[in-house]
Amino acid sequence: MVSTTPPARGRFRRLSDRGLAVAFISPALLLLLAMSVFPLLWALYLSFTDYSATRGGPARWVGFGNYTAVLTSAQVHQRTLTTLIYVVGAVTLQTVLGFTIAYLISRRTRGRGVLTTLFLVPMMLSPVVVGLFWRFMLDAQFGVINSMLGSLGIGQVEWLTRQRTALISLIVVDTWQWTPFIMLIALAGLTAVPKYLYEAASIDRASEWFRFRTITLPLVWPLLLIAVLFRAIEAFRLFDLVYILTNGGPGVSTETLSFHVYKVAFLGFNTGTASAYGILMVLVVIVLTQLYLRYLNKLKEG
Amino acid sequence: MAVSVDEAVSPGPTRQRRPATRRFGGGRGRSVVEVALLAVLAVVMLFPVLWMIETSIKENRDVYAVPAQFFGFTVTMDHFRDVFIAPGGGRSDLSVAFLNSVLVAGVSTTLATVLGVPAAWAYSRFAVKAKKDQLFFILSTRFMPPVVVVIPIFLMYRQVGLIDTKLGLILIYAAFNLPFTIWMMKGFVDEVPAEYEDAAMLDGYTRLQAFRRFTLPLLVPGIAATAVFALIFSWNEFVFAIFLTSSDEVRTAPPAIAGLIGGTTVDWGLVAAASVVFALPVLIFAYLVRKHLVAGVTLGAVRR
Repeated sequence: MVSTTPPARGRFRRLSDRGLAVAFISPALLLLLAMSVFPLLWALYLSFTDYSATRGGPARWVGFGNYTAVLTSAQVHQRTLTTLIYVVGAVTLQTVLGFTIAYLISRRTRGRGVLTTLFLVPMMLSPVVVGLFWRFMLDAQFGVINSMLGSLGIGQVEWLTRQRTALISLIVVDTWQWTPFIMLIALAGLTAVPKYLYEAASIDRASEWFRFRTITLPLVWPLLLIAVLFRAIEAFRLFDLVYILTNGGPGVSTETLSFHVYKVAFLGFNTGTASAYGILMVLVVIVLTQLYLRYLNKLKEG
Repeated sequence: MAVSVDEAVSPGPTRQRRPATRRFGGGRGRSVVEVALLAVLAVVMLFPVLWMIETSIKENRDVYAVPAQFFGFTVTMDHFRDVFIAPGGGRSDLSVAFLNSVLVAGVSTTLATVLGVPAAWAYSRFAVKAKKDQLFFILSTRFMPPVVVVIPIFLMYRQVGLIDTKLGLILIYAAFNLPFTIWMMKGFVDEVPAEYEDAAMLDGYTRLQAFRRFTLPLLVPGIAATAVFALIFSWNEFVFAIFLTSSDEVRTAPPAIAGLIGGTTVDWGLVAAASVVFALPVLIFAYLVRKHLVAGVTLGAVRR
């Protein structure tokens, strides 16, 4: 245990609070500057050049050329649409399902712990494992999903090799993995609703739906919004699941913006263009993050 | 207090059930419907996991059976043996990758903890200039798309010779876990009253001694929980791993497992077994920190 005798004065050099704060914070900030800020600044510089990682040679300044190229590219527009469909589709499904599960669990008396724990399993798995699991299950010939559909009398579906179904598959798999996330946070919100509000409502003989609409939803909404925004940012950044599950195909039907950046940078070796592309994505993420942090602040103060 | 699963599960009476004031009949019937719905959803969510476990213990001819075989297959541990032992004997590439993962995740987590805990304490205790902005800046670095960050990191590593080294992965993972560690730990430090340190300083301890001898011991459970999450994030990470490493001696488990489907034929039994071995520690660790899951999965941002 801690001894109660105070130490002799002057045994340690006394640091002022200010000095201590600097000494404790700066190593962390330095690592972040070196590994996050500096690379981004470098990417910002490269985005104004025609640098290629393989061709080598000096980088030529091209001004905003890369940016106009990216912003006017029909390919990029198409990837933006794909990403939008994917983000909106997946996050909407997750929110509806996650909230439903949380609501159902919150109404149970027994088995809540077991249920919650079981539901959380998909979220803790690596995207690599999830992608591989599903690639196997969705296989057109020996996949278990088609096998089950077959026994129900529905024909084979080529989940990952047809343009339209591939994007749907991606949305389904992401939903499977991240519904638990929304569920977890919605459950936290639902269990924090004070009981006396429901008791007051029941004295007033308010209907179930009325109570849900006027008590549950308004109180859970701020937290749910945070979860939704968080998921939207994550979905926007998503790369690994696409890489494993469909590799962007068939054709380019499941190429999200992240995946397209990867192709431009590592398969096309247009490092300058890819950097401009990346910086534009970072700008979107910054806007979304600001929104997220603003709501977070509101939640903390409220 | 962070909302914990345990708390969410406390066996108190459900708030909605009020038999005395039930106005509609069918309260019981609705309850049955709810239970059934919950059961169906649970089955749907858990089926893929069960299927993968089943696949990992099936013989190859049962793995590819059409229609799929749910029961009555021969159980075999061959796939698990293949995960660890190479066909000709000796260590398999996968087992090397698992060891690399342990090393990279362990060291990067230690680094993030050593840098993050003091920083979190300082942010919690002192009036730092533009504190809020600094904290928000720190968190936003975590939201950068990895595919974008990896382009300059790749060039930077190529320049300094960190490509295809464990050190390179350790550094990027530490930087990637640091924002999380700081946010998560700041929450834990905020829960320890600053008065403890003030009292110790009145007794003649310096601020640093007060932190080390009085606050730090109280933070140990929080540090453990935070480190476990950082460990899980590093363990599961794929994007940096696949772009920054290539050789079998350096590769961590996620790219190694993903590499199993590269060839013309895929040994799905082996993929399943490797996935089970890979996922098991994560599930155990996640269970250990279930009290802090809400804070953990939101990167320390949400806690109530």
